[in-house]
Amino acid sequence: MELFPNGWWPYLAGGLLVGTGVGGIFLVTGLRAGASSVLTTTWSWLSRCDYFQRPVFRDARTWRLVFSLGLVAGAAAYAVLFGRDEDFLTEVAPWRLLVGGALVGFGTRLSRGCTSGHGICGISAGSRPSMLAVAVFMGVAVLTAQAVRAMGITP
Amino acid sequence: MKLVAVLLGGLVFGFGLALSGMTKPEVVLSFLQLEDFGLVLVMAGAIAVTATAFHLGPRLVATPPCGDYEPADKTRRRGTIAGAVVFGLGWGVAGICPGAMIASLGTGNWFILIGIAGALAGAYLQGRVWPEGS
Repeated sequence: MELFPNGWWPYLAGGLLVGTGVGGIFLVTGLRAGASSVLTTTWSWLSRCDYFQRPVFRDARTWRLVFSLGLVAGAAAYAVLFGRDEDFLTEVAPWRLLVGGALVGFGTRLSRGCTSGHGICGISAGSRPSMLAVAVFMGVAVLTAQAVRAMGITP
Repeated sequence: MKLVAVLLGGLVFGFGLALSGMTKPEVVLSFLQLEDFGLVLVMAGAIAVTATAFHLGPRLVATPPCGDYEPADKTRRRGTIAGAVVFGLGWGVAGICPGAMIASLGTGNWFILIGIAGALAGAYLQGRVWPEGS
């Protein structure tokens, strides 16, 4: 069995760039840039619900949205420079994106972290709850993806 | 100035996600189905650089140019594990996570808007029905 049937360097180079983004933001601003918080902080503009109006969310809503715009712009730059449309368009069924997306939104915000928040920032900071969260969501995701495929659902 | 740094950092982050293919759910699913372990390299590379910055930054420079070092949140909450289970289910179903889905929009993968809409709805629901968990 081959570990990296599609090559390894784009993965490693991409990961180093991701770390450069997170690390650079920390060195210049002191902020720890996980990606999932924007899903909550953005609601502080739209909902008067007490939870979304917490200072911890209101105070971060602008930079988190700007960070998300950066993510979009950076990926767009790559696509324009090096990509072809067919490299990027997903064929994963819309219902999977919708249901999966909803679970991702609910779960990451309940857990207060995602692949970047717990996975990159949390582990890098040596946070034990983050390490535990990563082990749990990776394990559950592997089992879920296997189950989905076993049910014959592709893509 | 702070926002410029955040924007540039996000830009490099998003470029890296697109280069590594993480913006395409199929590539993430190929990892979760244990066919291509590239995602491990992405995480390892990102953690190597980030951990260096997190640990050396405060030792070398007392105060960052724009702001203060945010303390790491190492609190284990009631929702930390329960939320990770729910997130894992969603990640396994769709192959999308928050950073990758946002960046994916930049690659012109318009279908991802469905996932983003779902994630915003899910985050709203969490704030309404289980705010005390987080």
